[in-house]
Amino acid sequence: MTVKQISVFLENKPGKLAAFTKILSENGINMRALSLAETSDFGILRLIVDDTYKTSTLLKDEGFVFSITKVLAVAIPDKPGSLNAAIEVLGNAQINIEYMYAVTTHAKGLAYMIFRVADNAAAIDAFTKNGIKVICQDEFE
Amino acid sequence: MEHYYQPEIECASREQIRAWQDERLVKQVQNVWDHVPYYRKKMEEKGVTPADIQSTADLHKLPFLTKEDLREAYPYGLLARPLEDCVRIQSTSGTTGRRVVAFYTQHDLDLWEECCARAIMAAGGTKNDVCHVCYGYGLFTGGPGLNGGSHKVGCLTLPMSSGNTERQIQFMCDLGSTILCCTPSYAAYLAESILERGLQDKIKLKAGIFGAEAWTEEMRRDIEEKLGIKAYDIYGLTEISGPGVSFECSAQTGMHINEDHFIAEIINPQTGEVLPDGEKGELVFTSITKEAFPLLRYRTRDICVLTREKCSCGRTHVKMSKPMGRSDDMLIVKGVNVFPSQIETVLMNNGYPANYQILVDRVNNSDTIEVQVEMTPEMFSDSISQITAKERELVSDLKAMLGIYAQVKLVAPKTITRSEGTAVRVIDKRNLYKN
Repeated sequence: MTVKQISVFLENKPGKLAAFTKILSENGINMRALSLAETSDFGILRLIVDDTYKTSTLLKDEGFVFSITKVLAVAIPDKPGSLNAAIEVLGNAQINIEYMYAVTTHAKGLAYMIFRVADNAAAIDAFTKNGIKVICQDEFE
Repeated sequence: MEHYYQPEIECASREQIRAWQDERLVKQVQNVWDHVPYYRKKMEEKGVTPADIQSTADLHKLPFLTKEDLREAYPYGLLARPLEDCVRIQSTSGTTGRRVVAFYTQHDLDLWEECCARAIMAAGGTKNDVCHVCYGYGLFTGGPGLNGGSHKVGCLTLPMSSGNTERQIQFMCDLGSTILCCTPSYAAYLAESILERGLQDKIKLKAGIFGAEAWTEEMRRDIEEKLGIKAYDIYGLTEISGPGVSFECSAQTGMHINEDHFIAEIINPQTGEVLPDGEKGELVFTSITKEAFPLLRYRTRDICVLTREKCSCGRTHVKMSKPMGRSDDMLIVKGVNVFPSQIETVLMNNGYPANYQILVDRVNNSDTIEVQVEMTPEMFSDSISQITAKERELVSDLKAMLGIYAQVKLVAPKTITRSEGTAVRVIDKRNLYKN
């Protein structure tokens, strides 16, 4: 029920992000979700791609420092209040969100959210019990 | 008019100085042989006995002492007097990994303070002056040395210690400080702060005695202009006594070494061979009057030149140039001794790779040090907070090791140049050693 996210270490300097996206572009890799967190010195680019294995092989060859983390993707109705409801589910279950970001989707009437939490199993359990749909990896491939 | 603290010594004939040195060296060698087994063993290994040392001409026969010896003999191995005769301990600044402790008898303190008194009077100090000491007090020799010297001269002494710039400036204005003693970078910072507050007309400073770190002629002129003073250099090291081993006079063309207490030599740092006056090499000191901690032929690692030309100030003691560099990899940052090996140790202990680079710079006349480390898969995480927590831990461990704040910067793998042979670990952008 989880989705593989690739997190990449990038220096916070002009051109570093472009150098990275160029590799994806040249290898025909499509990004499904993307978020960037930064400090003054470095950033962490978090992304979900259509081919995690191919991407990680490429990154290894290019000498990037990266990690693969299992995150949760959920589908919520594309209307006011639905994100709040999903977050309240986690809050009520005492599950802390480390970070989260939104994803574009072609599914009509739906928005996808990515959650990074300490306890995936507990979060999946809380979401499903409350009728929030958790999405699998194959939906991104 | 030139002031002297001890004119009969400071302006003695070269023959007289030589006679003092010969007599004191012979006695000191015997004293060390009798009371310091660590050095006696070194002499025996070299096949030298006190009988071989009849005058300063024989000095070159004695073995060298290095900082490594001081570490090995830590804490009491080089002590020549029983502890009950000692009254003070001082220690080198902030270098946990290489801390060196030095011991003093009351007599040692008196002589050290006299050396500082000579420096203060050479800078124009008299008993009518207010001497503002903002070197650190404590284990660091800066504060205690100048404080003692100021007392000997009879100045009204302000034992300010370092920090709290507001209070420094306030006291300077309210109490009419005339002589400022601190590191040159702090003097430059004070000068800026005084100008910013528009208080330049409220201060009465006439001279500054600045040491414990390298500084350039440009910096001297800058400080002199901003504060309207004459800025004098002072040199020293804890191992030999502290500040006042040598000091600048009105000529401002090098520092007179107090040769009645310290014999200076210049050696080739590779071969150990003694070099003639005027040649650049490593400075070596022999303490001939110290009682508690008498070091013979101690290698300072400072590179400089000695000159015995007649000085316009009337002093006859040999002059040393400002240090022009180091014969080891030690850096002096904010007046604190930093060795790259200490930084490497902290990195390894924290699981970082040994591939690092140290960037030293001077921003607004204050030293900065940045340690660049390459990110590794082991250290990486998808969470910024986890990475920064590790970074903070590293900063705190570096602070504990070095005694000063060092910024840490995580960089991408393989971005730090791997040179063939010796790695370029240190980039010092300060350009302090201009030849």
